[in-house]
Amino acid sequence: MEEIQTAQNAFAVALTIGLGVLAPSIGIGMIGKGAMDAIGRNPEAAGKIQGAMILSIAFAEAIAIYALVVALILKFV
Amino acid sequence: MVRFLPETLVHILGLPITNTLLTTWLAALIVIAVSLLAVRRMKMVPGTLQNMFELFIETAHSFVQDTIHQKKVTELVFPLVTTIFIYILFTNWLGLFPGIGSIGFWETHGGERELVHFFRPGNTDINMTLGLAIVSVLAAQILGIATLGMLRYGSKFINFTNPIKFFVGILELISEMAKLISFSFRLFGNMFAGEVLLIVAAFFLPFILPLPFMMLELFVGLIQALVFAMLTLVFLKTATEEAH
Repeated sequence: MEEIQTAQNAFAVALTIGLGVLAPSIGIGMIGKGAMDAIGRNPEAAGKIQGAMILSIAFAEAIAIYALVVALILKFV
Repeated sequence: MVRFLPETLVHILGLPITNTLLTTWLAALIVIAVSLLAVRRMKMVPGTLQNMFELFIETAHSFVQDTIHQKKVTELVFPLVTTIFIYILFTNWLGLFPGIGSIGFWETHGGERELVHFFRPGNTDINMTLGLAIVSVLAAQILGIATLGMLRYGSKFINFTNPIKFFVGILELISEMAKLISFSFRLFGNMFAGEVLLIVAAFFLPFILPLPFMMLELFVGLIQALVFAMLTLVFLKTATEEAH
């Protein structure tokens, strides 16, 4: 019985983190693409665009971190 | 293997002293010591350490000034934001130092022998990151009330003139709570995941595999400190503005 419990737990952990990082990674890619396009069009504004890009990427990554925290809680608590 | 909650080392006056708390004390001591070293006997033509500090402070000040265009608010906001940045940066990077997270003593918990470390990276403790998040959000509220006055600031959240504005106010209130959770979990998740990653990498191929991950951890520590400080700056700025 305990083995089934641990197997279900492992399954849940893997599924949580696997599905949870799908959308944020696509989001980060789109943010990067938008930033590249903007820098390509206007190389002078590269500093400002880079600053805003880092901020947006941190926001998008935070969602992936939420999924990671849930997975870690499932595994270790 | 890796424990979620920090381990208590001693109890002083009934309060538990955990190993993450020790590391944050150490980081604070280092920041204070380096700053005192840089500003004693300040000269007009600065020496090396003072020069580095002046470069850093000038860059940070011009960055804050570019985001907040009013001089008065900049002078209020700049110390808090820069201190948050420096402190989180030092706490993150101290976690990679040799000796932190490796030296400890053996303890027996429920039949198993576990190694309890003397120092553990400070931000792997959700209490620490929650405390920093509370400081940021509270500072934004206090700045908003100080700039706009209690009634005008309260009317951003609780507004009975209009059904639409009422719902927008409720959403703003919920968004303030979400900021607390988002701040604390972002920093905690990044640092805890980095710690677990380094431990697992050291378990598979010690001395060699942790190296690229440590480089990643350096970068991630810098970015997380930067993001925390920049988000605090942006929230402080929007707290002083009128509701649209």
